[in-house]
Amino acid sequence: MKMLGSDAILRSLEAEGIDVVFGIPGGAILPLYDAFARGSTVRHVLARHEQGAGHMAEGYARASGKVGVAVATSGPGVTNLVTPIADAWMDSTPLVCITGQVRTTLIGTDAFQETDATGITLPIVKHSWLVQDVQELPHVLKAAFHVARTGRSGPVLVDVAKDVQETEIDFTYPHQVDLPGWRPPAGVHPRQVREAARALLAASRPVLYVGGGVINGDACDELRELAEVGGIPVIATLMAKGSFPETHPLCYGPPGMHGSKWANWGLNKSDLIVAVGARFDDRVTGKLSAFAPGAKVIHFDIDAAEIGKLRRADIPVTGPLRLALAELTKAVREEEEPGHEGPVAWRRQLEEWREAFPYRYRREGDYLKPQAIVETLRDLTLGRDDVVWTTGVGQHQMWAMQYLVCDRPRTFITSGGLGTMGYGLPAAIGAKAARPDATVVCIDGDGCFQMTCQELATSVLEGLPIVVVIVNNGWLGMVRQWQEMFYDNRFAETHLTHQVPDYAQLAEAYGAAGFTVEADDELEGVLEEALTCGRTAVVDARCDPEEKCFPMIPAGAAAIDVIEFSEEKAVEA
Amino acid sequence: MRHTVSVLVENRPGALARVSNMFARRGFNIESLAVGPTERHDVSRITLTVDCPADLLEQIEKQMHKLVNVLRVSTLEAGEAVERELALVRVSAEPSRRAELIALSEVFDARVADLGPDSMIFEVVGTPEQLESFEELLRPHGLTELARTGRIGLARASASRAPRPQHVLR
Ligand SMILES: Cc1ncc(C[n+]2csc(CCOP(=O)(O)OP(=O)(O)O)c2C)c(N)n1
Ligand SMILES: [Mg+2]
Repeated sequence: MKMLGSDAILRSLEAEGIDVVFGIPGGAILPLYDAFARGSTVRHVLARHEQGAGHMAEGYARASGKVGVAVATSGPGVTNLVTPIADAWMDSTPLVCITGQVRTTLIGTDAFQETDATGITLPIVKHSWLVQDVQELPHVLKAAFHVARTGRSGPVLVDVAKDVQETEIDFTYPHQVDLPGWRPPAGVHPRQVREAARALLAASRPVLYVGGGVINGDACDELRELAEVGGIPVIATLMAKGSFPETHPLCYGPPGMHGSKWANWGLNKSDLIVAVGARFDDRVTGKLSAFAPGAKVIHFDIDAAEIGKLRRADIPVTGPLRLALAELTKAVREEEEPGHEGPVAWRRQLEEWREAFPYRYRREGDYLKPQAIVETLRDLTLGRDDVVWTTGVGQHQMWAMQYLVCDRPRTFITSGGLGTMGYGLPAAIGAKAARPDATVVCIDGDGCFQMTCQELATSVLEGLPIVVVIVNNGWLGMVRQWQEMFYDNRFAETHLTHQVPDYAQLAEAYGAAGFTVEADDELEGVLEEALTCGRTAVVDARCDPEEKCFPMIPAGAAAIDVIEFSEEKAVEA
Repeated sequence: MRHTVSVLVENRPGALARVSNMFARRGFNIESLAVGPTERHDVSRITLTVDCPADLLEQIEKQMHKLVNVLRVSTLEAGEAVERELALVRVSAEPSRRAELIALSEVFDARVADLGPDSMIFEVVGTPEQLESFEELLRPHGLTELARTGRIGLARASASRAPRPQHVLR
């Protein structure tokens, strides 16, 4: 069918089953917006900043498992998208960014709003295309979605010159991609899997160290079956929170810098780490050379380059995790002696640690405690399967990780690898667009909130109500914590104040419901009201400015050397 | 250890940039790099030399495999590949000394590519090691300019083409 390039983009999105995109128009992408005006089944959500649009697309992708789409104009439009693209790159979030570029005749001339979009994003995309010929457009879009979602998922960029959008094309959406250089692994090596099963059965202190890949690879059911068949403890990272039910007796919480002592000890004292879609990130391992010195490593990943990148794998298994885990479970069943009970003593040991070193804080004193905010939110939503959490980055994020209980994948959405302040609020809007029936709650920091709070307008006007609970400690709290612990109380440039801005008034100005709470005994009532008001709501929960997040492994220390809450006074680093 | 990596890439804009950026970003150092056409008009060959331990080489190969434009990555094992490089060397040579220089260059099968009033250019093809020796030989005679192509290579017919055992790439 004959149509303009701009219409061809929308027909392609429709063919991909995309129901909503997030963006902001501008000169070089105007023809595409004119195509929106002509009509499409694709809903466009107008963000207030392209960074917001990008994080919304990420939140949408993480909540739904589908590819997120963000749209922006050339120049400042695409540079504003750089942060979400980098974020999606680090956390393997499938994202297609469609950006306008100046006309083909102007490319390379420093024309108005010309930036080298593919150049700027080169190190943070799986692939990118600059489309200068309308005939290439359908194939490029087909390839873009394919690359974003297959193999290890991640971001791609399609930069489309303005005149390409305005040129007529005889459009059909291709059925097949033509990408001779893109062949993500489709199978797993049976011998490696067999070897892994034997090692697993022979181990006395095995753990499943699970990362975000298990959610991206849609392998959570297979993970559960494996854990249950082998009786193997599961230590799921921040990015994997919810991949394995946190109420399950085999779930041993997140490891890492602010993970639990039992999880860190579990990893470090184990004799066999089965890494599944995890990448031995420094926030998990601490000092790498001291990490789990006595453990053999079996490493499952769709991305061969992750295997052996940081920690040598004794048994490497490249392939789709869903298939790999199913095959492993099968092999374990075949290899296991009748009556095999799994590592019973080891589980008892982990259980003892869990009992001896729970997360601790003192709920007393002049201030509301930040941990109490998270605990109250957890208790108010206990057992519900329609709650999706997002977070900012900082102390509040770590408390959310510690105290929330997530039993389902895609219900805890956070910025892990890049640690992007400002992620939580727009990601919540994107998650709401993906799951309109869910209650979407962003646990945000006061610092983070101020980085993207203009998107409250998007939430209110687009009918995507979310609840933002600001853990308002008046500080860039995580940085303050480092200054207190490692920079001798020199609090340089981290004080934000509790009062400015008045978050409830700000919310009201945007047409949202605003709440302020300072007293512990009013906390539950206010949160309950915010959760049930049915509108976009912002809760300013003013809390202790000095509370620190424990346990903590100082950066570069061995993960076994956890600083506990109770030993707080003895801390020196 | 020094390794020669031969990479077949789609002949598309940006393909070389993606490969070289990956090296820069991950802190891998490229010693030499040569790009040129192959027997297929839509495929180019990038030949890279890197000096790194074996595990890092494996990481480099895997990271290159992930690039969408990269079709094949193979490491040319020493002794199992034909490796060549071309150099052009300008020597400032008065007419009286030319005969001596030409005699020297014959040892390396070098050719005189240009002859001027007070300088001459030699053209020499060989293994990178041979070129280095040639360079050293000419240096005392007033070597003023040097251009090298970077090494290229192809696996010998006798070399085993079986995939290397440590890991299975795709
Ligand atoms: C965009 C960005 N800038 C700076 C940082 C460094 N940083 C990490 S946590 C943090 C403080 C966050 O403050 P807030 O949102 O109030 O959260 P809190 O730690 O107080 O809970 C900062 C500045 C970052 N992660 N992201
Ligand atoms: Mg704060």
